[in-house]
Amino acid sequence: MDILRFATAGSVDDGKSTLIGRLLFDSKAIFEDQLEAVERTSRDRGTEYTDLSLLTDGLRAEREQGITIDVAYRYFATPKRKFIIADTPGHIQYTRNMVTGASTADLAIVLIDARKGVVEQSRRHAFLTTLLRVPHLVLAVNKMDLVDYSQERFEEIREEFTSFAAKLNVSDLTFIPISALHGDNVVSRSENMPWYQGTSLLHHLEHLHIASDRNLVDVRFPVQYVIRPQRATDPAFHDYRGYAGQVAGGVLKPGDEVMHLPSGLTTRVAAIDTFDGPLEEAFAPMSVTLRLEDDIDISRGDMICRPNNQPQVAQDLDAMVCWMSDNMKLGPRSKLVIKHTTRTARALVRDLHYRLDVNTLHRDESAPALGLNEIGRVSLRVTQPLFVDDYARNRLTGGFILIDEATNGTVGAGMIVDAR
Amino acid sequence: MLQSDYTTSQLDVLEAEAIHIMREVAAEFERPCLLFSGGKDSIVMLRIAEKAFWPAPIPFPLMHVDTGHNFSDVIEFRDRRVAELNARLVVASVQSSIDAGRVVEETGRRASRNRLQTTTLLDAIEEHEFDAVFGGARRDEEKARAKERVFSFRDDFGQWDPKNQRPELWNLYNARIRKGEHIRVFPLSNWTELDIWDYIRREGIEIPSIYFAHTRKVFERDGMLLADDDVVNRDEEELVFETVVRYRTVGDMTCTGAVQSNAATVEEIIAEIAATRITERGATRADDRTSEAAMEDRKKEGYF
Repeated sequence: MDILRFATAGSVDDGKSTLIGRLLFDSKAIFEDQLEAVERTSRDRGTEYTDLSLLTDGLRAEREQGITIDVAYRYFATPKRKFIIADTPGHIQYTRNMVTGASTADLAIVLIDARKGVVEQSRRHAFLTTLLRVPHLVLAVNKMDLVDYSQERFEEIREEFTSFAAKLNVSDLTFIPISALHGDNVVSRSENMPWYQGTSLLHHLEHLHIASDRNLVDVRFPVQYVIRPQRATDPAFHDYRGYAGQVAGGVLKPGDEVMHLPSGLTTRVAAIDTFDGPLEEAFAPMSVTLRLEDDIDISRGDMICRPNNQPQVAQDLDAMVCWMSDNMKLGPRSKLVIKHTTRTARALVRDLHYRLDVNTLHRDESAPALGLNEIGRVSLRVTQPLFVDDYARNRLTGGFILIDEATNGTVGAGMIVDAR
Repeated sequence: MLQSDYTTSQLDVLEAEAIHIMREVAAEFERPCLLFSGGKDSIVMLRIAEKAFWPAPIPFPLMHVDTGHNFSDVIEFRDRRVAELNARLVVASVQSSIDAGRVVEETGRRASRNRLQTTTLLDAIEEHEFDAVFGGARRDEEKARAKERVFSFRDDFGQWDPKNQRPELWNLYNARIRKGEHIRVFPLSNWTELDIWDYIRREGIEIPSIYFAHTRKVFERDGMLLADDDVVNRDEEELVFETVVRYRTVGDMTCTGAVQSNAATVEEIIAEIAATRITERGATRADDRTSEAAMEDRKKEGYF
């Protein structure tokens, strides 16, 4: 059994909570005591129906205000797969939370109200999904019961969204007509829409092939930690020197010729060690320890790759940045801490090329700075070389976070589009 | 572990993620420690720490906040495991906090040292200057925990501010703090109760005997079965009876309930949990029942 991580975006109005509630309920991931607590709270508040959003809106402030503020993680499993839902708020003032939830997602579900069709919010959610390179996108056209399960209406929405999506970089797009409230096409195929030839949403989630979404081509091993047993009980480990990390791309095997960056020295993989014994190969997202044939001075923040397939060694980066701070803006001359893979450096913003309107995709080149939840293209100069790939090629070696040195808060998320 | 099509099983993905988190902490903090209670989650966390740094020993001490009201076989298990690993254990004692006048013992029928633990924990973190503290909490346990980050910032007073959490993207964790502040780190955030048990089965990990069905003298309160013990205050009308129970969670005796069960093996426990319709905290924790936001409120004060 493997794991599928998916993000959902939207507000209560779109039926997002109803959809999640139904997936959890039908997979028996909602427990009786949780349901009782939700029913009790719904009753106390005078709500006529059981408000399933109370299950995911876990903070006092969220329940008081009846809105989702932050990402909530929910878990359920079917006999086929384990699922992790990043349930994110849909409103524009929570763009940073949606970006956070989408950063690790294999798939995103964007909900569309069949009566309203493709609205600004659906376009924004789809855009953010593609900006974060979520490999699979599902357009769930919800509330089909309220449009008489009309195929014509569904096709209209599909056409409208498809023409919009042509402007985005969508690799896999699936449309599913559903009614979250009545369960049509959520867990099983609906009898109300015989014209729909596709699978139910849950079937799609269960059977989607995701293993090849990872980069299995470019070997990238950011060194996280050097393991040198100081007081090894076993004398065999006295001279042990292993480089621990999580594989970020490619497939590593013992005997492979590898290159160390920044030195550029080459050696071979002597062994791939784990507590449970040596491995014949390692790939993302495995956490392993490499031993190398030659003694090279290697420390945290370095990169191991293949001599004929190296990341860019760069101090000048162009990136799309989502700004997440509510008390400072990002503009030229801003100085920040940058954390990229296992390497931390300082970064200076040299230029803000444009601010992107996430609703219209219009580029405003006159914008002086990025404020909270705004996204734009910036050029950064970094104090020491980073080993990077385009974000489109590898999310783990192409993404970084920005930290404010004054508050230590995480204030930005960046996706590299060009490096020198 | 490996399959030709490069898929990775859910336990391997969760384990790899947890190992990555542990190594990140060891690399970026000066004085981490790992909270080890002898409960199933912290037992799994300890196994992951063993794996993350092998063949080197675990590069940080363990800490247990001991209420003095813990189950004796859990304490024995704790000490045995610490000895096996040759690890350093810091015991922070609630009794010492009471003796020193830092906290006042609750009185009455429902007296519990559960809430007092927060002061003992925060005092110990300050005394030992710990800057990162590993906890075994999982997001599926409770709705406030579902919102918490893997690296969860605590201010000078040990407080959690749920409305002002640091965004957490990809596998990049922000470890920057000022002196006096610390980070609670939850490597098992994405594990469910069933994942924990599947992992215990797969790894063949030993757990304390109270997790398995045994005969015990108990009494009923609020639909929960509490152990009959000197440290648990009981009314005359709360009648003691003997039955076969097991513990689904392990905590302070005064607020941890047993469940009626005949599950005597890990396989039987897994079958039982897969079929249950009640969450583990709902079934066994009096401390979460005081209000809808009981956990959120305790966490804001600095609780686990």
